[in-house]
Amino acid sequence: MKLGHEFSKGLIEDNPVLRLALGLCPALAVSSSVFNAIGMGIAVIFVLTMSNLIVSVIRKGVPQKIRIPVYIVIIATFVTVVEMVMAAFRPDLFKALGIFVPLIVVNCIILGRAEGFASKHGVLASLLDAWGMGIGFTFALVLIATVREILGNGTWFGIPLTGPGFEPVLLMMLAPGAFITMGFLLALFNWRDEAKAKRLKDRVVKRAGFITRQPIRPEGGK
Amino acid sequence: MDFSNLLVIAVGSILINNFVLMRFLGLCPYIGVSKQLSSAIGMGMAVIFVMTLASFASWLIYYYLLEPSTSIWGVDLTFLRTVSFILVIASLVQFVEMFIQKLAPALYQALGIYLPLITTNCAVLGVAVLNIDEGYNLLEALVNGVAAGIGFTLALVLMAGIRERLDLANIPKPLQGVPIAFIMAGLMAIAFLGFSGLTVG
Repeated sequence: MKLGHEFSKGLIEDNPVLRLALGLCPALAVSSSVFNAIGMGIAVIFVLTMSNLIVSVIRKGVPQKIRIPVYIVIIATFVTVVEMVMAAFRPDLFKALGIFVPLIVVNCIILGRAEGFASKHGVLASLLDAWGMGIGFTFALVLIATVREILGNGTWFGIPLTGPGFEPVLLMMLAPGAFITMGFLLALFNWRDEAKAKRLKDRVVKRAGFITRQPIRPEGGK
Repeated sequence: MDFSNLLVIAVGSILINNFVLMRFLGLCPYIGVSKQLSSAIGMGMAVIFVMTLASFASWLIYYYLLEPSTSIWGVDLTFLRTVSFILVIASLVQFVEMFIQKLAPALYQALGIYLPLITTNCAVLGVAVLNIDEGYNLLEALVNGVAAGIGFTLALVLMAGIRERLDLANIPKPLQGVPIAFIMAGLMAIAFLGFSGLTVG
């Protein structure tokens, strides 16, 4: 199913943070606790959904030359909405996320999806793409936050997990912990990809060997 | 005029709260443009230039057009902050690009390709928003803009130097490229944590 794929590709396969390395600044900055990560994720899902929706609806009427400023104004408008709603209803979250709420405007995922996907596809596909990418972003943030919160604070979503014998690694809560966690998670995803590609190649080689009834030798081997 | 205050802001933005390594701003160019020392220097210069102009322009816009107590019409338009700042930065980058192209073609050759990338550099919007959040006056905002740019350039150039050497190192395959760059950034951030004990004045 093609529409289903528009949704599912953002989750793991083309995960915006872990595969495409987009939206890195908020991914590292707000991932010191799972609560903040989910708050940021919801804000991004909202902005991404609305901007993809509007861009997709007006895609035929926007002149090619000024499309980027038009998209930026649309995105900035919804970011302002998020800012005002969050400041009114969740001031604690608003304070914890700090300048990263207005900075959703320059999150490359959102402009990237508006320019790269919503401006070329229909409304339904754009909405599914926004949800897939938004949930993929949230998933990546929660993953980073899980590692950092458990190691750095001994809790997950505020629930204490480790006993009193565990000394929290403060470094994980600070900036270096975010960079190092991110580096190892990216490596993990690379490794998984490579293993998958290798399996695929092995299968092809095996089948080729079966057809020609000859073992495949490395080139130049005699 | 109290200059020690300006020094505190400058040292704070360059070292103690380095924009890249401590505040996580401008990570995309930090990872993307740090493969070669020469392009890192070009990008750094372009960012210093744009950040200074953006600090100046956004401060004037905020206090003369948006903030009700000081603006020329006295209407509360502060909710337009995000929209107006991003538009100011985008058009500023465009104007700077056109000006440099006409007036200093040599400089344009060096910086030209980096300028469009800067519009979506979150460090530039970040410095404009921080200047307002911290309540800086115009001079402080300018100093903060220059210092933030220098801090960004410092981190970028150091990283590019390390990554040029990493090319020769024997790194496990899954870690090659971006992952090892992040781990390096983590180690650099540990080094920069050492500055957090620094007190000025």
